[in-house]
Amino acid sequence: MERILKFNIFRYTPVDPESTPHMQSFQLEETDSMTLYIALNHIREQQDPSLQFDFCCRAGICGSCAMLINGRPDLACHTKTKDLPSEITLMPLPVFKLIGDLSVDTGSWFRGMNERVESWIHTDKIFDPEAPEEPMTNQLAEEIYELERCIECGCCVAACGKANMREDFMGAVAFNRIARFMLDPRDERTNTEYFELVGTDEGIFGCLGLLGCEDVCPKDIPLQDQLGTLRRKMGWNAVQHLFSRIISR
Amino acid sequence: MDTLYTDLLCIGAGLAGERVAVEAASQGFKATCLSIVPPRRSHSSAAQGGMQAALGNACMGEGDCPDIHFADTVRGSDWGCDQAVARLFSETAPMAVREMAFWGIPWNRVVAGRSTYFKAGRQYEKVELEEKEGLITARDFGGTAKWRTCYTSDGTGHTLLFTMDNMIVKLGVTVHDRVEAISLIHDGQSCMGAVARCLKTGKLRVYLARATLIATGGYGRLYRETTNAVINDGGGAIIALDTGVVPLGNMEAVQFHPTGIVPTNILVTEGCRGDGGTLKDVNGDRFMQIYEPGKQELASRDVVSRWMMHHIRQGMGVKSAYGDHLWLDIRHLGAHHIKTKLREVEEICHKFLGIDPVTQMIPVRPAQHYSMGGVRTNKDGTVYGLKGFFAAGEAACWDMHGFNRLGGNSLAETIVAGRIVGEKIAEFLQGMETDFKTSCVRSTVRRDRERIDRIIDGKDGKENLYELRNAMQDELMERVGIFRTGENLKRAVENLQVIHDRARHIGIRSSGPGANPELSLALRFRGMVRLALCVAYGALMRTESRGCHAREDYSERNDRDWLRRTLATWKEGEALPTLTYEPNSKIWEIPPGERGYGSCKIICSQDPAVCGITEDLPEHN
Repeated sequence: MERILKFNIFRYTPVDPESTPHMQSFQLEETDSMTLYIALNHIREQQDPSLQFDFCCRAGICGSCAMLINGRPDLACHTKTKDLPSEITLMPLPVFKLIGDLSVDTGSWFRGMNERVESWIHTDKIFDPEAPEEPMTNQLAEEIYELERCIECGCCVAACGKANMREDFMGAVAFNRIARFMLDPRDERTNTEYFELVGTDEGIFGCLGLLGCEDVCPKDIPLQDQLGTLRRKMGWNAVQHLFSRIISR
Repeated sequence: MDTLYTDLLCIGAGLAGERVAVEAASQGFKATCLSIVPPRRSHSSAAQGGMQAALGNACMGEGDCPDIHFADTVRGSDWGCDQAVARLFSETAPMAVREMAFWGIPWNRVVAGRSTYFKAGRQYEKVELEEKEGLITARDFGGTAKWRTCYTSDGTGHTLLFTMDNMIVKLGVTVHDRVEAISLIHDGQSCMGAVARCLKTGKLRVYLARATLIATGGYGRLYRETTNAVINDGGGAIIALDTGVVPLGNMEAVQFHPTGIVPTNILVTEGCRGDGGTLKDVNGDRFMQIYEPGKQELASRDVVSRWMMHHIRQGMGVKSAYGDHLWLDIRHLGAHHIKTKLREVEEICHKFLGIDPVTQMIPVRPAQHYSMGGVRTNKDGTVYGLKGFFAAGEAACWDMHGFNRLGGNSLAETIVAGRIVGEKIAEFLQGMETDFKTSCVRSTVRRDRERIDRIIDGKDGKENLYELRNAMQDELMERVGIFRTGENLKRAVENLQVIHDRARHIGIRSSGPGANPELSLALRFRGMVRLALCVAYGALMRTESRGCHAREDYSERNDRDWLRRTLATWKEGEALPTLTYEPNSKIWEIPPGERGYGSCKIICSQDPAVCGITEDLPEHN
């Protein structure tokens, strides 16, 4: 017997002066292999074409469709309804600016994040089109890729107690990005330069250690380890700095 | 009305669009990218398996060079490509891969020494050379003579896109995300930019640009079953066709990928077969060796997809609630390989199918995957018909893929074409001025405003948008798919014409301000039907079989009459596109011949310019 699913969906379009925030209910018969991607499109096409939400790749790769699913941030496209109770509450991700209903502006937030951590290889070298590539061990390439797998979906930010309290908190995604570049020998930034970017209250010292970020990451990126590594290296850097001052005295 | 000025307007901020923008910005020009999604969510991110470039570092790629890559590409295209472009591409690709390494791609690297690999289900051993240790390695892909596909696990598109967007951030290139170009501003001679709609607020905006680029990807969403992202509905091709003067090239050239998962059509990479995965039928038996004794599972995509559908037609498919399918088996590759080299595949199997590919087979069936056709350009990326107008990537018909693209050649095209077209645009910007005619701007904006108002007010009727869209997708899926016949294509054209007419009377049910997703689709939809008509009508008129275009009533590849590229334009008020033809290549480094897979009868060209440089003409067989 197919279940009748009850969806409670947050509705509000900030650019519409007549719109007020409220919850709206929809009912839908569950079908085999139904995901929230299928369900939400069904609701839009059959019941309410004004419903706003974001999907793009619908394959868990692009990070467009993160939302709060029964209170927990996750990608809607890879969430199967059979893994959920028959009553499903969908809310937009917090922290990010609301565009409408379940759609939030992650684009501006992540552009800002990428600018803040200077998310690119810093080097004084100039590309030589004639030269072979610099060698790298495959193991290191795989370690970098592990951290590069972040899809900037925003789940870790939405699940972060600190980011919800403090607008300028950088979030686990930024720490992971810094950790990725620290691993990469092509990036010539020094530890001191990295820590200038994240060694602050808005950065790694602002983290409350609740680790909601790691719990919800849909790509299972070891975010906790990156935070730990950064703090450890930062501490070691500070100790080295202290020693060199004592010795120079 | 917000009006913004920029030197270069890139419509689309996937890999091709961003690579062009990076080039222009590096040379000191102001580039602005428009994207309907945040740029890192572009469909480039979904490309999994890799990027072809003849580096020849891996032992199985030893001796590789651009000549061989070129030859594979031409054969893959079934001699439908422009050979001058394929040559330019294959020569530039190795450097482009190294440049991406310089910018930060964690390419998988050569590990010296002994290791095992699988081919056609059997295990072999190889020895990687000491002197190549740590250089960029490659995996095997379909239709290639060498292991040439460079990769980062199976997230190659993702790492390329993130690294490219890092360059965009570094260079401070402006990206306006959630903005959709809905019309080009032009006077029939020059392109002056675009009218765009903000998908956050619903407001219109004018972008004036000295050079305008289309890089909006493919048109897979015209089909019901596609691996493409929901945004790939041919937006750039639509606004180009709307000009009435810009032709779309070879729109009937539509590729089906052998391994879309059933039922969601999500792609699992060709890397699965490249790394030794096999296709199996209802009895759990391999079958590709029956049809393609040479390349087996690694024939080109058009060929493998056709044999899969043929095998299903023979009653050898696995019955399911979602229709018949076949199996992809990667179990023998082992848990370690799957968890390191095929990570996304493993995740997709778990999350979307609820199966473990280490112990279970994956249900697959061919699904629409790639658009070889697109906005027709010359080899510099300059679009036919309008000055100051360019295109690159899947949105373009540059035309290095002809009638079938090889796996790994699309990521490579975005990077290589982006680089080349970017340089050409920079040259153009160096020397050219564009006169912005306010009358053109005003009339374009007025027309778009009217179009929007009429839809919102429901002045033209109450046709249901989603019903019409489904009807269009079914039409292409059922009658303009892998196997085509004149009768079916004729019906498809007739039915699509009815849909095109009905689309004039769409009335939407939601009218609130803001982005309004129903309105966005309504604005695009009639153009989508026009693209569908270009596909179906082009396919109907092409009375031969070439690459992915398989006519059951014209099963020969006809080099005598059809070494030609279809050019489709749409005159205002017409019910069908106007089709003209041009020679598909001026240079014939490799005269038409056997591909070495996908046997088909050939009607030979008698043109000495095409085949005159060779002594032995390919025979009829």
